[in-house]
Amino acid sequence: MIYFDNAATTLQKPPCVFDAVVAAMKGMGNPARGTHGTALGAARTVYEARCRIAALFGAPDAQHVVFTANATEALNIAICGAIEPNANIISTDLEHNSVLRPLFRLSKAGASISFVRAKKDGTLRYDDFEQFIFPETKAIVCTHASNLTGNVLDLTRIGKIAHKHGLLFIVDASQTAGVLPIDMQKMGIDILCFTGHKSLMGPQGTGGLCLGKHVSVRPLKVGGTGVKSFSKTQPEELPTRLEAGTLNGHGIAGLSAAVRFITDTGLATIHAHETMLMRRFYEGVRQMPDITVYGDFSAETRAAIVALNLRDYDSGAVADELAQQYGIATRSGAHCAPRMHAALGTEQQGAVRFSFSYFNTTQEVDRALVALKEISL
Amino acid sequence: MREKTPRFVVTFHTTTAAIAMEQQCAQQNVAGRLIPVPREITAGCGMAWSAPPQAEQAVVAVATALGEGVADFYTLVI
Repeated sequence: MIYFDNAATTLQKPPCVFDAVVAAMKGMGNPARGTHGTALGAARTVYEARCRIAALFGAPDAQHVVFTANATEALNIAICGAIEPNANIISTDLEHNSVLRPLFRLSKAGASISFVRAKKDGTLRYDDFEQFIFPETKAIVCTHASNLTGNVLDLTRIGKIAHKHGLLFIVDASQTAGVLPIDMQKMGIDILCFTGHKSLMGPQGTGGLCLGKHVSVRPLKVGGTGVKSFSKTQPEELPTRLEAGTLNGHGIAGLSAAVRFITDTGLATIHAHETMLMRRFYEGVRQMPDITVYGDFSAETRAAIVALNLRDYDSGAVADELAQQYGIATRSGAHCAPRMHAALGTEQQGAVRFSFSYFNTTQEVDRALVALKEISL
Repeated sequence: MREKTPRFVVTFHTTTAAIAMEQQCAQQNVAGRLIPVPREITAGCGMAWSAPPQAEQAVVAVATALGEGVADFYTLVI
């Protein structure tokens, strides 16, 4: 099989990730529940993971790294816990439902949402952000890269706008964490939400949020923490405040190994390889007369995604043909990105998304190009 | 049960702070280990750093550098 669905989850992981998960499952106690050997070993593993992630994203320190089950949970915590329900919030057409649905739920409680609209090529007009800033505007919530087109947002520019107006800046880094440089302090990010199983190359069921030094977030869940057991309320201190219940220690051990692999390999090396594959594929498909490619490819930096359609064929039928006849895994349909599809005019047809990883090869790209040519005959 | 001895004890607000303390003490060769929080301090669960009394000055220096995750200091016979 050729796996080009890495924007959904990376299938190929570094071997060190498997080893770390297996070792954790064989010998890890509950991190933060007790001081016997296996519990302390687990707590040390989780702490090391926090340190590595804080260093990767420019978070203040390990205490400001909170683990969750995925980016969706992290975004729910951030959006519902850091923004008052009567606020105006700015977001964009590029967002995934993991951002949109928490925002829409908040709007039912009284919040108003202003969307910066995407152009036909999937990019934004950055000047539009400031048009939506009113006295009641409290936050900007946006993705780092569209999970449909791969277009990357200029977080430094948006962060400057946010802080010029005293707004909270929440970022969904689901498509970029582990492959593009992210520095919370330089980019002015107050809350960074990430998933562990995509470009961070960790196990599913891992993710989290990194908080800026002075950001206050109400917990979404309350419960056992391993500290202050006789208190009727959730502890105030991070990361415990936002981590009720036993953590996914086995998964976090794998994620920690993955982050170490990424750091050792280098973000630039990983991104360069993925970009080379994406550009090779893009140059191949854009010359095919029956194929429409979506998004802007003029920018130097973008996520390794190419979304396309073949004639007016149902995107699901094309993806199914690729899977059944050629063993090529892609993602069709709406990609949980309804506003982006609306902006591109692909609500009915959807799109076939090819997304590349560090472990894909040029040979695989070339086989996919041949497959598309044959299907289009 | 082992005989009780005087110990210098540090408590923490979070497990993360406790593990940070352990790591810093190891790096700086400061004596002690993590133990369950003694009931003389509070009932319930959580971790505390337990060190011999003569290590108090070094332990306080490490804990102070850690900052807000550290809750309090105690001298106990435990």
